[in-house]
Amino acid sequence: MLLPFIIIASLTLASAAVAMMLRNLIHSALLLVLSWTGIAGFYLWAGAEFVAFAQILVYVGAISMVVLFAVLLTRPARDVDSPLPAPTVIRLASGLMGGAMVASVLLTAILATRITGGRAHAPSVTVRDLGALLAGPHAASLLAAGVILTVALLGAIIIAAPSPRNPEDPS
Amino acid sequence: MSPLHLCLLLSAGLFCIGLTAALCRGNAILVLLGIELMLNAANLNFIAFWRYGSGSGSTGVVFVLFSIAVAAAEAAVGLALVIAVYRHQRNIRLQEATRLKG
Repeated sequence: MLLPFIIIASLTLASAAVAMMLRNLIHSALLLVLSWTGIAGFYLWAGAEFVAFAQILVYVGAISMVVLFAVLLTRPARDVDSPLPAPTVIRLASGLMGGAMVASVLLTAILATRITGGRAHAPSVTVRDLGALLAGPHAASLLAAGVILTVALLGAIIIAAPSPRNPEDPS
Repeated sequence: MSPLHLCLLLSAGLFCIGLTAALCRGNAILVLLGIELMLNAANLNFIAFWRYGSGSGSTGVVFVLFSIAVAAAEAAVGLALVIAVYRHQRNIRLQEATRLKG
């Protein structure tokens, strides 16, 4: 029971950490796909199958494609590639320090908390139950999520489209 | 150490990796991916508490579904913003995106 979790957790953490350290954006996007797959594996391990497949569909399928397209559409021009400015070291150090501080706080809080009770077996949620929940008590939220997705995608198209008032724009 | 502790540790690790990436990296796409990683860590916590918590019901699963939907919308808008920034300054370094600074 614990061995699959350890494998999944180490795979997820390692690929996420390496992805955030690489300089090549394509490599880090592909490693993040691996990390998202690991998270889907965690959902499967925990017994939430529907969420696992939703994670695979949305993250591994859709968001990774959008990220790869964004990476390919925004390659930096070779001739204007200047070396990084000096404050980057300070930024790096302060960012690492902030991350380490949050990590220490979270670790202390988690390790100091005593958790009692809890169930031994995964509660069963079938797709039928989820459908009944989404169509019944959560129907309004489902509609709101649909509206949010529609508006966000329309907004994304409007933001990313080239402005028609600027015909000499090379892109 | 109970399994819930292990799940919370995994989620905390993912959150801190995402936070460090969002703070340190200057590339807009990597900052966005760090934010996505933090969101995933939060989803992982929902599933962990749904699985090992003592409450009843399946609210955790439903909440994660809605959270994934909102994360998809956020990624689409964020990457559209990255492309808009690229159109203006021909690169996506956040240090140089200071046009609105005043």
